[in-house]
Amino acid sequence: MHEYSLVEALVRRVEAEAKGRGAVAVHEISVRVGELSGVDPELFRTAYETFRAGTICEKAPLALAHVAASWSCPACRKPIARGAVLRCTACGEPARLDDGGDALMLDRIEMEVP
Amino acid sequence: MCTTCGCGDPELVPVELHEKILAGNDRAARHNREHFVASGVLALNLMGSPGSGKTALLEATARAAASKGWKLGAVSADLATDNDARRLERAGIPSKAITTGQACHLDAELVHRSLHDFPWQDTDVFFIENVGNLVCPAIYDLGQAANVVVLSVTEGEDKPLKYPVMFKAADLVLVTKCDLVPHLDVDLTQIHDAIARVMPRPRTIEVSARTGEGLEAWVAWLEELRARVSPRGSRSSGAHAHEHAHDHDHGHAHAHEHSHDGDPARSREDSHGHERAHAHLHGDRDHDR
Repeated sequence: MHEYSLVEALVRRVEAEAKGRGAVAVHEISVRVGELSGVDPELFRTAYETFRAGTICEKAPLALAHVAASWSCPACRKPIARGAVLRCTACGEPARLDDGGDALMLDRIEMEVP
Repeated sequence: MCTTCGCGDPELVPVELHEKILAGNDRAARHNREHFVASGVLALNLMGSPGSGKTALLEATARAAASKGWKLGAVSADLATDNDARRLERAGIPSKAITTGQACHLDAELVHRSLHDFPWQDTDVFFIENVGNLVCPAIYDLGQAANVVVLSVTEGEDKPLKYPVMFKAADLVLVTKCDLVPHLDVDLTQIHDAIARVMPRPRTIEVSARTGEGLEAWVAWLEELRARVSPRGSRSSGAHAHEHAHDHDHGHAHAHEHSHDGDPARSREDSHGHERAHAHLHGDRDHDR
């Protein structure tokens, strides 16, 4: 259950950004969660709902974008079948995780600036 | 205020950040890493389930590596008690407990604080024994040179498939308690197959802390990594070397430090996720023309 500490880091970051821009409120925050990010999206959401009370994020819904994890060969780009051994069957290269599969990213904050 | 029509409505500003939520932890980890590298200390993050044999492995490592003359050290994390640190002390590994309270993992800041009153600089190999947990510790970079995941044969062959994030982060998997295999319905080939489906460059060593099986290979792995971290055993005495620092000592140790994201044991060129920067030290002959 490290989702709470992640949400805490997230909210602190949003607070700092809002303060730096003189925002009076935050309307939405967008977060990208990869399948192999080590974060359970639902737990993350629950942690956010709990944690945001009393913070600048209090009225800001959380938009969560899920990214499925996929692997491919770094040499020939051939995709690796889901659940298969992480090695290219064509050229023998170890597979590489495609972009976003392990992302845990604060993408966007929509804030109200007077 | 809205500047389009002057209606007085506040303005909604979308701020694009695309920033890692763990950016703060990663900064702290880079700081730890700089310290480890500058002092020529091989720091390892040891992770695994509760009861997988992390502490027993370290006890056995102290015995198996005795002839190497390395100074070992450890910080050992648990939610409560300092039992593991005391066990390690008895095994001859100067150790310190990190009691995390409710936290299910170590983060770089916790490790940094623990370093302040522990003589980690005097060690050659410094183990960070993480909280027993196959989930949360995986995504926190601590500043280690490599991640070592401990998986015992009693845990079930499909454990790697159930916890892919942990095994993806591993540089080495130690399959422990192998002396128990004859007593169990466990198929080691299935463990290795599962690992190959979650770890793109699987590297495993089968060990038994009880019988000593496999420990020679584990110590050799440590030695291989140590050679890359420590410039031929000589410490940079006092000099506060940083990443990219060139130590122009024109004796024979002419070390170049290259720090880049990726894996220490291999030159993997992956650009994703964990910023695990490592210093690779090459002797002069690598660069001589």
